[in-house]
Amino acid sequence: MLRTALLLLMSFTMGFAIMSSELLGGRILAPNFGSSIFVWGSIITVYMLALSLGYLIGGQWSMRAPSFRKFGLLFLVAGLSLLHIVAFDQWAMDWVFVRVEDPRGGALLASMLLFFVPSIIMGVAAPYGVRLLVESRESSGKAAGFLYFVSTLGSAAGTIMTSFYLVVWFEIDQIIYCCTGLLLMLGVLALLIKGGSDAGATEVAS
Amino acid sequence: MKNHCWLLLVLLLATSANAEIIHREKSLYRDLYIEENDGLRCLIFRARGDRKSNQSCVYLQRPDVLALSYTRMAMAGLFLKPQPKRILVIGLGGGVLPRALRDLYPQVDITSVEIDPAVVAVAKRYFYFQEADDNRVVVQDARVFVKRAGLKKEQYDFVVLDAFNGDYIPGHLMTLEFFQEVKKIMTPDGVLVANTFSRSELVNHEAATYQKAFGEFYTVSQRDSGNRIILASNKPLPKRTEMHRNMLELAPQLTRFAVESRKLLNGLDRTPKWKRSAKVLTDQYSPVNVLNER
Repeated sequence: MLRTALLLLMSFTMGFAIMSSELLGGRILAPNFGSSIFVWGSIITVYMLALSLGYLIGGQWSMRAPSFRKFGLLFLVAGLSLLHIVAFDQWAMDWVFVRVEDPRGGALLASMLLFFVPSIIMGVAAPYGVRLLVESRESSGKAAGFLYFVSTLGSAAGTIMTSFYLVVWFEIDQIIYCCTGLLLMLGVLALLIKGGSDAGATEVAS
Repeated sequence: MKNHCWLLLVLLLATSANAEIIHREKSLYRDLYIEENDGLRCLIFRARGDRKSNQSCVYLQRPDVLALSYTRMAMAGLFLKPQPKRILVIGLGGGVLPRALRDLYPQVDITSVEIDPAVVAVAKRYFYFQEADDNRVVVQDARVFVKRAGLKKEQYDFVVLDAFNGDYIPGHLMTLEFFQEVKKIMTPDGVLVANTFSRSELVNHEAATYQKAFGEFYTVSQRDSGNRIILASNKPLPKRTEMHRNMLELAPQLTRFAVESRKLLNGLDRTPKWKRSAKVLTDQYSPVNVLNER
C-alpha cells in the first residue's frame, strides 16, 4: 500500500520534472538561440526522441529482476542528471554558438548536448514503474493506464506550475535544483522503504 | 472557405466603419493583417479577442508622416545623438522608422533585424520599405543577431529596440545580459532608443534593469499613447542645453514627419522612481509577460 502510494508519487514527480525542465529549456536556450520557432522545435524534438529511447531502455531493463531499490536508484541518477543542465548550459551554448551559425542546427545541437541524456534517464522511469505496479496479465493494461494517468497529470502540473508561477518566484537554476531535490528525496525514500521481496513486482504469468 | 472569408470581412467591416482589410496572413509567429481606413494603412497583429495592436501605420497621401505617436516619440533619440552613422533597428514592423531615418540621413547605414519573414515582405509591399546595400534586413532573432555582432566587433551609434508589441514581450530581449550585449555593440557615444509597452509591475523591474545596465536614462511618454520610449546612452546623458541645441537644429527637418520637436523635448523625463522591491531582470529571471499582466 505504502509502496504503491510512493510509486505513484514518484511517477507524478517524474512527469513534473520532465515537463518543467522542458519548459525551462526554452528559457535556457533563448539568450543564445533566441525564441524563434526553431528553438522550441529543437527542444521538443530532443525530448520526444530521448523519451522514446528511455521508454525502450526502461522496458528492457524491467525484464532483469525489477525491484523498488533499482527504481529508487534510477531517481537518484535522474535527479543528478538534471544538474548537468545547470552545470554545462553556458559552456555548451557558447561552444555551439561560435561553431554553428545556422539557427536550426545550433539550437538542435545545443538541445542535444543539454537535454538528451537527462530526458532519456527520466523516460526510463515510465515503463519500469508499470512493471512494478502490474500484478497480473489481466490487469496490466489497467495498471499501465493508471500510471500514465498519474505521470501525465504530473507533467501537466509541471508545465503550468513552471510557466505560471515558478518562473515568477524563482530563477531558472533554482527551479532545476528543486526538481533535482524532489527526485533525490523520492529516490532515497524508495531505497529506504522495506516490505517483502519486491511485492509489487510479482511475476507476470507467462 | 471562400464564403467564410467573406463573412469575416463583412463582420469586420460592420465593426469598424470604412476599414477594409487588404491583406491577411498567418505567419510563423502570428496572424497579421493590413487594414486601410480613410487613407490610413496599418499593419496589425491580431491579439486576443478584439484587442488589436497597430504595429505600423502610414498615411497613403503623406507617407512621410510618422502616423503612430510612438514612432514620433522615438525620434527624440536624435536629440541625444543628432548625426548617427550606423543604425541598428531591432524589430522591423512596417519599416517605418528605418525609412524615416533613411529619409533624414541619406548617407546613413541601417541594419534592421526582424524575426518574422512575413513582416519583411509586408513592409516592402505595403509600407514603402526598400531594402538596399546600406539598408539591409536580417531575418533573425535579435538576441542572436546582437550576440553575433558582438563577436564580430560590430559597432552602432544608434540602436532602436522596437521588438515588443502590446501583447507579448520577448523576455530574452529585456534582461540585463541582453542590454550588456547591446552596450557592447554600441559606440562609446551610442544611444539606445527602446519602445516599450510595460504596464504595472513590469515598469519597475524594467526601470531597475535599464538603470543597472546603463545608469540614468530618459523616458518619453504621452497621454494618448500606451507606449513609453526609453532613451539610454553609453556615455553620461547629455545636458538639457545640449539637447535643446540639437532639437533646434533638427526641428525644421523633423516637421515633415509631423514630429513636434519642442513638445517632444519638453516631454522628456529623467529616470523615473521605481519600487525598491523591483528585481533586475536577468536571463535567470525574466517572467516579463506574467509581470506585465499584474
